[in-house]
Amino acid sequence: MVKVQRFLTEQRQALVIGLTVLLILAEAFRFISSNNLMYQILMAIAGVIGLLPILFTAISSLEVRLISIDVLVSIAVIGAFIIGEYNEAAIVTWLFMVGEVLENATLRKTRSAIKQLTELAPQTAVVIDEDGNTSDEDVDFIDPGDMVLIKTGNQVPVDGTIKTGTAVLNEASITGESRLVKKHPGDAVFAGTILENGTVTVNTTAAGEDTTFGKIIELVEEAQDSQAKTQRFIDRFARYYTPVVLLVAIMVGLITRDVRLAITVMVLGCPGALVIGVPASTVAGIGNGARQGILFKGSDVMDRMKHIDAIAFDKTGTLTVGKPVVTSVNVLNGDRQTIIDQAVAVEQRSDHPLAQAISKLDRKYDYQPTDIQTIKGQGIRAQIGEGEYLLGNPTLIKDLLGTSSTLDQLIDQLTSDGNSIVIFASMDHHELAIFGIKDQLRSQAQSALRQLKALGVKRLIMLTGDNEGTAHQIAANLPIDEVHAAMLPQGKADYLKQQQVDGHRIAFIGDGINDSPALSAADVAVAMGSGTDVAMDVADLVLVKSDLNSLVTSFRLARRTITNMNENILIALLTVVLLFIGLFVGYIEMASGMLIHELSILIVILNSMRLMKRISQN
Amino acid sequence: MEKVVMKLDGLTCPSCLAKIQKSVESIDGTDDVKVLFNAGKVKFTLDLAKASPDDVQANIEKMGYTVQGIKVKGLSDD
Repeated sequence: MVKVQRFLTEQRQALVIGLTVLLILAEAFRFISSNNLMYQILMAIAGVIGLLPILFTAISSLEVRLISIDVLVSIAVIGAFIIGEYNEAAIVTWLFMVGEVLENATLRKTRSAIKQLTELAPQTAVVIDEDGNTSDEDVDFIDPGDMVLIKTGNQVPVDGTIKTGTAVLNEASITGESRLVKKHPGDAVFAGTILENGTVTVNTTAAGEDTTFGKIIELVEEAQDSQAKTQRFIDRFARYYTPVVLLVAIMVGLITRDVRLAITVMVLGCPGALVIGVPASTVAGIGNGARQGILFKGSDVMDRMKHIDAIAFDKTGTLTVGKPVVTSVNVLNGDRQTIIDQAVAVEQRSDHPLAQAISKLDRKYDYQPTDIQTIKGQGIRAQIGEGEYLLGNPTLIKDLLGTSSTLDQLIDQLTSDGNSIVIFASMDHHELAIFGIKDQLRSQAQSALRQLKALGVKRLIMLTGDNEGTAHQIAANLPIDEVHAAMLPQGKADYLKQQQVDGHRIAFIGDGINDSPALSAADVAVAMGSGTDVAMDVADLVLVKSDLNSLVTSFRLARRTITNMNENILIALLTVVLLFIGLFVGYIEMASGMLIHELSILIVILNSMRLMKRISQN
Repeated sequence: MEKVVMKLDGLTCPSCLAKIQKSVESIDGTDDVKVLFNAGKVKFTLDLAKASPDDVQANIEKMGYTVQGIKVKGLSDD
């Protein structure tokens, strides 16, 4: 039986064509001769052939105790045979199968975006063993530590670090930016990127599904199947709905003694459009996003995004480029170059963006700091030789060393110019300098924030660990409603929680690195510009590109997807209502009911395909 | 325990999803069964002492679906 069923599944298209021919023949016979017998025989044959595959699926459903649509249709068709309505039986099965083939084709289309993405994933890699021999291996069987050879034009098959050689890479699949990056030994390369020029050997750190790209694919695949609340409701509904339809049909049959009516109810009651409508919208919407580097973690994220009334931005890396540079070194006490050398030596140990800016300064001497302590949200304390030093924000220095009017004045002046401040001071007061650091505003920031407001987000908020002056200076050029400066990571999270207590639905946009507490507190957590593991774990929405426009696009897409879903539910429900009204009035019969039913399925899938169009920026 | 991913041919009806879910769950030794409707994949963990991936494949194919590929990966915590 399994073999027969497999055969029927595989030959579905041939079956549909065969059935179509039989139906045309039958109708032709009826047209040319008054003898009805041939018509009836042909219809009966078509009915039986059409019923078989549906019946097999129905039986296997029943084996796992599931009353599926196939069960309803099978019973209805068998019923039609019993009362001698061979033509109804044939037409219903034919419509059902044509419907399936069309559904298959259209669904494949809605899924194509994800398919394209997975096809970008590398399948094999050239592995070099200890003796220098190369062999092609499936990426799933490559382990961390394996050496892999990559040549010009090849796709990087694994995540790893370059051991020998240099290469120019296109990392668009990971970063969303299609500019070429030059990489040297020691640099990291990522699976799914393209090696445009050069030859390198790479020491594998992750392969297959464990790579960044593999995780992106997995995220998208699971997201498409994640279920919004409406979807879960519909699934539960469908599980009970079909048995109820069966029951109602039987009762109708028993009460009216009209088998014909009973089986018609069974066909009309099929919940096809209802169960396919929501997943079709989800897959089209999420696929559209994925193609543009917008990774929704599920349709429930889209649902929540629709209700967001406030968005909080972490300034650095989202509103600004996130690569601050030192604009001035203001020495109050001590030798300028010695201070720079010492500051660079200490800041090299930190990955804070401001520290990164200082560590890029030119140094003349390589100091070796010891006993480095991080003072959370304030700065660093370190020992260099005999001296003890502080590097951090004004609060840290003022608390420990006091202040002077010259220092205060300089700080005020620098901050009002939009500088972030890092102060270097020795505990013995002999050395004191202020580093003024500036980060550049993203070029799209202004228009993107305007568009978010136009989309109905009421408040835009800036949360930053930076000082008041800098924060306000950056916000001054933007449609930002509130600025909260000098915040610690936990403070941002507390702020978000307070907003929620006050009844707001708030989204948080961070660069995904220092923002885990705030990201987990937000109603919708957005990580921008990083396909990093951490971001993908905590965030609801990952924007692969460092681009505020994709934030706008994601909000638009979320809205449109949810609207589309609701349209599909409406179409499905209206169809059922119309069908039953039609039945009541006497316009609808079994075959025409099936036709309308299949049409409604196609309409919802076609409707969801509208979501695949790229969303324009304005 | 092993983590198994099976790639199926395209699933079209959401009721296929429920059927495959139930047919995999019905095998002793499977756990954490997740059917990805759009990706056409089944993911689950399997206790090799109780059943083999082939058993699961046979059960899925009995329902009329084709298993196109199987990936088995050891879970590190056993």
